[in-house]
Amino acid sequence: MVDSNKWGMVVDIDRCTGCQGCVVACQSENNIPINLEEHFNQRRAIQWIRIERYWEGEYPDVKARFIPIMCQHCGSAPCEPVCPVYATYHNNEGLNVQVYNRCIGTRFCANGCPYHVRFFNFWEPEWPESLKNQLNPDVTVRSRGIMEKCSFCVQRIQRSTRESERDNEILEDGDRGLNPACVNACASNSLIFGNFNDPDSTVSKMKEDAMQEGGRGYRLMENLGTDTNVIYLRKVGESVVEAPHG
Amino acid sequence: MQEHTQLSHKQINEDLLKDVLTVPKWWLPAVSFLGLVVLTGLGAFFFMMYHGLGVTGLNRPVMWGVFIANFVFWIGISHAGIMISAILRLTQAEWRRPITRAAEVMTVFSLIAALHTPLMHVGRPWRVLYWIFPYDFSRGIWPNVRSPFVWDPSAVGTYLIASSLFVFVCLLPDIAILRDRAKKPIVKKIYAQMALGFRGTPRQWKLQILAGILLSALVLPVFVSVHSIVSWDFAVLIGVEGWHSTIFAPYFIIGAIHSGVSAVAMLMALSVWLYGLDKYIKPDHFDAIARLLIVVATTWFFFFFLEWVYALYTLAPPEIALRELQAFQWPYGPLFAIFIITSFVIPVPLWLFKRVRRSVVWMFWTTVLVNIGMWLERFLIVIPGLIRRTHMTFDWGTYHPSIVEILIVVETFAFVCLGMLLFAKVLPLIPLFDVKEGMVNRRLIKVGRRVIPATIREGLPHHYYEKKQ
Repeated sequence: MVDSNKWGMVVDIDRCTGCQGCVVACQSENNIPINLEEHFNQRRAIQWIRIERYWEGEYPDVKARFIPIMCQHCGSAPCEPVCPVYATYHNNEGLNVQVYNRCIGTRFCANGCPYHVRFFNFWEPEWPESLKNQLNPDVTVRSRGIMEKCSFCVQRIQRSTRESERDNEILEDGDRGLNPACVNACASNSLIFGNFNDPDSTVSKMKEDAMQEGGRGYRLMENLGTDTNVIYLRKVGESVVEAPHG
Repeated sequence: MQEHTQLSHKQINEDLLKDVLTVPKWWLPAVSFLGLVVLTGLGAFFFMMYHGLGVTGLNRPVMWGVFIANFVFWIGISHAGIMISAILRLTQAEWRRPITRAAEVMTVFSLIAALHTPLMHVGRPWRVLYWIFPYDFSRGIWPNVRSPFVWDPSAVGTYLIASSLFVFVCLLPDIAILRDRAKKPIVKKIYAQMALGFRGTPRQWKLQILAGILLSALVLPVFVSVHSIVSWDFAVLIGVEGWHSTIFAPYFIIGAIHSGVSAVAMLMALSVWLYGLDKYIKPDHFDAIARLLIVVATTWFFFFFLEWVYALYTLAPPEIALRELQAFQWPYGPLFAIFIITSFVIPVPLWLFKRVRRSVVWMFWTTVLVNIGMWLERFLIVIPGLIRRTHMTFDWGTYHPSIVEILIVVETFAFVCLGMLLFAKVLPLIPLFDVKEGMVNRRLIKVGRRVIPATIREGLPHHYYEKKQ
């Protein structure tokens, strides 16, 4: 383990089946209110991670392509400088964190985010009575009028680092207690989480491999210079010349 | 200026104070109607605060809607005050005299109207104080000075304070006249308090004039900063194609002057019709403001054109998709056509004709058109940009304003009208002392064989005067 951490993720599009397992895991881990049909119709559904589906090719040679999109935890994030009350800022572990209590809901950050991964609580979140006891006690339940977004399950990162410090153990790469819920839930292992500052971690090796000449790696909207902490690996195969989202 | 009506001080006092000291017939119905609209809007605001912003049409990714467009519009209108009273005062444009106060008062009310909407549209309005006041004692956290949203309240606040002071300083001599003429003792007492003991001694006049000049000079930086900062609310965001543009600051400022000066012309027409002030606001004044408007509108159109050129020059697909949406797709295409036609194509060629420039009716309707167009301009900047025609087609947005949003936007318009009407009831809308000063300085001077009305501030050799009126 290295001194400072820089958490990040590698998303292998080639492995993603679009099963939405990560979405469900995220919803239950992070106390995200149930997205009903009306929320989708209003375009106000909250999904910290979502699977975007794109169609490639012309009928009948058409293929569905999936890309999971969550907060990219940009090293140079467009959302951070615009928040007037420091509700969102960059912590020293490479995470773009959201302080719910500070947020007053100007939604400036959401407009700034090119990935559209910031969500606003338009209504007071509600859960059915039967689900109230399943809320995660480690995660704040957000109220109406504030922003929220993927935190890379910061509560799990915090707990794992605390426990490893207490027991004088080395935090293992790919530890299931450390991994965000979506990574643990991914059946096809297309999400890999780890520490980019640790040269021996899986994500560092994958990144090095992917970002070299001819590698599969790319960042979303790299031209904006947001320096994201999520690396995508493009699809393998003859029919695909480019990732579907450009 | 060719026309020249010399009025006695007594007549000026009577003309300009009659609406303050008496009540016109239409006043009460108008005020109660506007009051009702304002109350409805406030009701809509409390409804929104109680239920959450879900009652608006906002969604992801269109997180700002007509509220912000309206905010930019009213900040734009507020630029009239500085333009008319500060810049024209410093450049000693004589025709400004009867218009200055109306422009300044409109500035104050439109700034308050502008402040309504962004404060209402935050998610937790009850916590807005953390944002506005630059220090949060309980938590020891400074606001984020990198955010244009921190610069906004300070710039708009400075402007509001400076304009209010300016209005008040220019009001002092007129309040003193009202104090002397009010019949009811209680009214007299209130005016006496407001006049701060102004008696018209040479020292008081000197201080009053000095304060006016100082305030108008000091407020000039705000003229540039307020709308620049408002434009940076948009321009700093790298992820929104239509917004991330370095030309935004000057483009917004010139647009603000365009709509602001047009609003002043509207106001002049209204005061001629409603208060019968045609002895003070004359075709000459409309002529002068229309000439100013031609220059402003053409400059604005040039910046608008440049903004499009810069955007399309990149040939970036999202940028082209955005421009296509803005100009050609339903419902923004028709709105765009209306915007271009009303804000430039109809009014500017019309203003080239002297008969239009000197006609109250024509000037009123052309400037109304300009303001319809300029409101749509802000709408077309804010909303299509946020609909985000990026590569990630999955996230393309749509937006329809809800009834709550529309009510609150209508409320801001009613608020400004109501404020102006109430102000005109309590204090004169045309500065008495300023008009008198203008008339005192008026001379007919002889240049060669012709006799020309002119304004003299310094004494001229005696033979220049044809006759002293």
